[in-house]
Amino acid sequence: MSSIVVANSLSKQYGKVNALCSLSFEVNEGEIYGIIGPDGAGKTSLFRILTTLLLPDGGNATVDGLDVVRHYREIRRRIGYMPGRFSLYPDLSVEENLQFFASIFGTTIEANYHLVADIYRQIERFSTRKAGALSGGMKQKLALSCALIHAPRVLFLDEPTTGVDPVSRKEFWEMLQKLRTEHGITILVSTPYMDEAAWCDRIALIQNGRFMQEDTPAGIVKSYKPVLWSVKSRQMHELLHDLRRFNMVKTAFSFGETYHITLSDGLSIPQLKGHLETCGHEQVEITPIAPSIEDCFMELMNQTL
Amino acid sequence: MILKYLLEKEFKQMLRNWILPAVFLLLPIAMMNLVPRVATQEVRGLKFCSVDNDRSTTSGKLMEKVAASDFFDLIAICTNYEEALRHIESGDADAILEIEPDFEHRLISEGKARVQISSNAVNGVKGGLGSSYLTQIINDFSKQLRNEHGILNTHNVNIDPEVRQRYLYNVNLDYKIFMVPALIAMMLVLIVGFLPALNIVGEKEKGTIEQINVTPIGRFDFILSKLIPYWCVGIFILSYSMLLAHLIWGFTPAGKLWVIYLFTTVFLLVISSLGLIVSNYSSTIRQAALVMFFFLVIFILMSGLLTPIMSMPQWAQMLTQFNPLRHFIEAIRALYLRGSNLTDLLPQLTYLGSFATTTWLWAIISYKKNT
Repeated sequence: MSSIVVANSLSKQYGKVNALCSLSFEVNEGEIYGIIGPDGAGKTSLFRILTTLLLPDGGNATVDGLDVVRHYREIRRRIGYMPGRFSLYPDLSVEENLQFFASIFGTTIEANYHLVADIYRQIERFSTRKAGALSGGMKQKLALSCALIHAPRVLFLDEPTTGVDPVSRKEFWEMLQKLRTEHGITILVSTPYMDEAAWCDRIALIQNGRFMQEDTPAGIVKSYKPVLWSVKSRQMHELLHDLRRFNMVKTAFSFGETYHITLSDGLSIPQLKGHLETCGHEQVEITPIAPSIEDCFMELMNQTL
Repeated sequence: MILKYLLEKEFKQMLRNWILPAVFLLLPIAMMNLVPRVATQEVRGLKFCSVDNDRSTTSGKLMEKVAASDFFDLIAICTNYEEALRHIESGDADAILEIEPDFEHRLISEGKARVQISSNAVNGVKGGLGSSYLTQIINDFSKQLRNEHGILNTHNVNIDPEVRQRYLYNVNLDYKIFMVPALIAMMLVLIVGFLPALNIVGEKEKGTIEQINVTPIGRFDFILSKLIPYWCVGIFILSYSMLLAHLIWGFTPAGKLWVIYLFTTVFLLVISSLGLIVSNYSSTIRQAALVMFFFLVIFILMSGLLTPIMSMPQWAQMLTQFNPLRHFIEAIRALYLRGSNLTDLLPQLTYLGSFATTTWLWAIISYKKNT
């Protein structure tokens, strides 16, 4: 497998803020590569450099073998980009938008219809509606169609699922899977949602402009060393406080309806339970749990702090 | 080739937004119809009070003559100056015409008599023009008297030379003719200066420029796609306004049409690339609109459109050299009123041409796709 996107110690500063600190990574052809991290971690800066919209302050990168600075013009023919914000013409209809983006790439809807068919068919009955009047999920399908209509080699999707409902999110990831398996399109996607990592072939966890870890989702979970416990009691609010105050508890994070904690060596579960009960907690439940990507992220963040 | 699709999109968007075509159609109608009627420097119907201290036939005749003129309405006959002044103070009157006692007697015996004109100069134009109109009427009156009575007084042999004004190119000193070409220039500035600027910043604000920037569209094509539609609008407004001026006022340009179009084309280049420069440096519509507003207000006020450049202080006259609107208004007025030809207007064309080259280059250089 060959690398289609290669970044070599990319850096970008905005004034004194380091948005990207010497990032290096490679994306293989035909994979879905997820860049996962919170807001402000540097995801959009990275995408804007790779899509030739931003000049890096240091390092270099290639897309499909072309340098992002020197060959930006040629790169623009070969990539599709979907910015985080809806950026099609709201006063043009669905069909006019698609038509427009096909024609400025010198192609037609018909020529590449097979690529977008699955996605576009879902919005085709609104083809005369103004793009600005579509619902969020449909806007996103139209944006994806427009980014695909010139048959790009690589697709860059910057936070495509932000602000989209869970059902549409799942649908969207299924569409991406299909694009990769049926059409062999390489997809770089960024997201702040850790639970979406599982849809990617490989992921990179990004924080403060640095990759903390890069691996397959399973590999990242596997490398998680500590034993993770899930804790619950009737007094949830005080529980987090008490857990964090107890010096034998190494980490404690809120996770859905429970708290995920790791313990120092030498503290057994009955001891912890006893401690919590003396603090006045009732119905304390402590169960072992398999780590998720989010747990890994929190752990990595703790290590770098 | 790509430009064709870009233009198709621009025109589609322009016509879809119904307000824009409506403005293109209605603005010239409003400007051509309304503004020459209201923004006029002609002063008519000035209200005046008379203080006739003589009460003779001659003084009565003078009062009648003034009151009969188009320019003056007699609103009160007062017994003394103080009373008349109260009318001015309360805002009822604009001017006072006071005739000295023994007016008729002195006129016959000495050949001269005095009248006093006082006018309210809070509105400078009204005050100045009012008193000069009054003076003219009184001069006329004295001429009339001399004709009627022969030259009565032998010791006043040197008769005042008669001054008659002839207004070249605008025979009746019709302010409307003066305004029409300038109004066309003003509309072009407003529409072709503002709209392309707001359009590009609009794409920035909506985020659509991101999507355009990752396509292979070159900056030249992109900018042209933004300008060409507004050039068309500019040429349309010019033609449409000239037609309206003909239909409403019966004015037709004295100069050649193709020279007018040539000047307009060069001017549109200047003003639209100014808009582009502003839009390239701003990131929101509000910024762009404010900056554009700043420039356009200064351009319009310092263009000679409303106040003559000759009456500005020397340093301001120098500054107006850098105002493209000034040169365009000068040219289009000369073309419309005087029927100048291209060779007469070469200096203006050179100015506008060099403005066009500089602003155009600047606009293209300052448009950057990747920051």
